[in-house]
Amino acid sequence: MIRLILDGEALVLPEGTSVAAALAASGDDHARSDLAGRPRAPFCGMGICQECRVCIDGRRRLACVTLIREGMKVERTR
Amino acid sequence: MSDAIVIGAGIIGASCAHALALAGLSVRVVDAGLPAATAAGMGHLVSLDGNAAELALCSDSLTRWRALAPSLPASGAYHRCGTLWLAENEDDLATADDKRAALAMAGIGSELINPTRLAALEPLLRPGLSGALRVESDAILYAPRVADWLLESVGITLERAQVAALEDQKVYLADGRRLGAQVIVLAAGLQAGALLEGLPIAAKKGHLLITDRYPGRISHQLVELGYGASAHSGQGTSVAFNLQARPTGQLLIGSTRQFDTLDPCVEPALLARMLERARGYLPALGELNAIRAWTGFRAATPDGLPIIGRHPEREGLWLALGHEGLGVTTAPSTAALIRAEVLGEHPPLDPLPYRFERFQASAPAAAEGRR
Ligand SMILES: Cc1cc2nc3c(=O)[nH]c(=O)nc-3n(C[C@H](O)[C@H](O)[C@H](O)COP(=O)(O)OP(=O)(O)OC[C@H]3O[C@@H](n4cnc5c(N)ncnc54)[C@H](O)[C@@H]3O)c2cc1C
Ligand code: FES
Repeated sequence: MIRLILDGEALVLPEGTSVAAALAASGDDHARSDLAGRPRAPFCGMGICQECRVCIDGRRRLACVTLIREGMKVERTR
Repeated sequence: MSDAIVIGAGIIGASCAHALALAGLSVRVVDAGLPAATAAGMGHLVSLDGNAAELALCSDSLTRWRALAPSLPASGAYHRCGTLWLAENEDDLATADDKRAALAMAGIGSELINPTRLAALEPLLRPGLSGALRVESDAILYAPRVADWLLESVGITLERAQVAALEDQKVYLADGRRLGAQVIVLAAGLQAGALLEGLPIAAKKGHLLITDRYPGRISHQLVELGYGASAHSGQGTSVAFNLQARPTGQLLIGSTRQFDTLDPCVEPALLARMLERARGYLPALGELNAIRAWTGFRAATPDGLPIIGRHPEREGLWLALGHEGLGVTTAPSTAALIRAEVLGEHPPLDPLPYRFERFQASAPAAAEGRR
């Protein structure tokens, strides 16, 4: 099992889980907010639509094509 | 029946329709919804000084955009961010000073910025640049939205249809209808050649890329001083650094210029060259996430100036096309020239350098009015 931090809260999930799946597992699947503050969630699941941009260890990444790693810090972007 | 038909609802057609409607004409705008430069472009309102006629058009237009700015909708994203023309070496600084002098002749203020001030204005630029020329009156806007807004004016009817053929004071639509008007303005961008033979217009492909939102990092439009040379070169593939901070915090990065292709695909090798160049100025770009890249086509004439004015042989036909990489900037003056000629008013600036006649065999000096 792998332990990551999502918006400051610890989550423990099986190896091989994508960050997008981790978002869903947290009970709130939204990845970011649009300019008007509305929540946006992963859509295509394959790195095309760019809806799942999150901040991973300080850098903007796509949640759907990134696998979780031990100690990873994920933050939803505003 | 309308007084005028405008073919094309890009920023040029929309501006012409708006100007004619403000003059009291009833205007029908017909647009086929084809891929348009206006939707693809960068929307930098910039004073270019490739020659006197180009600078005159830019300078007049920028004044018109400033006057219009307070009425534009917020979604038009007009923002007077100014341009920083970046100098990499002493030669560039000399170019910057020539540019300053040329702009001053057209009444446009600009100032040379030393490396220390440059670093304070844009801290993310790499150290070691020789300085910059700052043109405060330059701006940006979101052209597709502004074009739509111009078309909402009283007196304009917009129709989604393709013009299949053009005759004197008549257009034939692809659906078989025939429309007539005293005045027809052809503002169909790159596709105008399909309706009128003998237009000297070539496609210049350009790539752009936009990042995720990173607000507050860049405040000016940043352009390398070599950009002018790249923009005006008549052949070959070139890449120049050009970057705009969108009001959303996204960074819009350009630019490439290519002839001899109509393939809209994004070319990874060329995109990589463009980004490498951009990173040479802004190393921090390497850390950012790009979300989209796309291409567009500029409609270029042999001398780099647009074709604006009455067609010398065709009854009731006006041309407003061939604006290359400057059509958003120069749309308001294009429209003002068309309006003046249609109504028989005094033109706002010397119309000769933009006339179609300069490309006709019997034309005197093709470069009249240019330096
Ligand atoms: C990558 C790129 C970057 C650019 N950056 C800038 C910039 O920073 N600043 C700047 O000032 N300019 C810039 N430009 C240039 C600018 O975008 C163009 O000069 C301008 O948009 C041209 O507008 P237009 O209305 O003439 O043509 P278009 O926007 O191409 O519009 C033509 C319209 O005509 C319609 N049409 C064509 N044929 C027919 C037909 N038969 N029947 C009906 N409708 C028809 C099409 O559907 C289309 O909507 C850039 C261009 C590109 C490609
Ligand atoms: S969900 Fe579409 S890019 Fe990640």
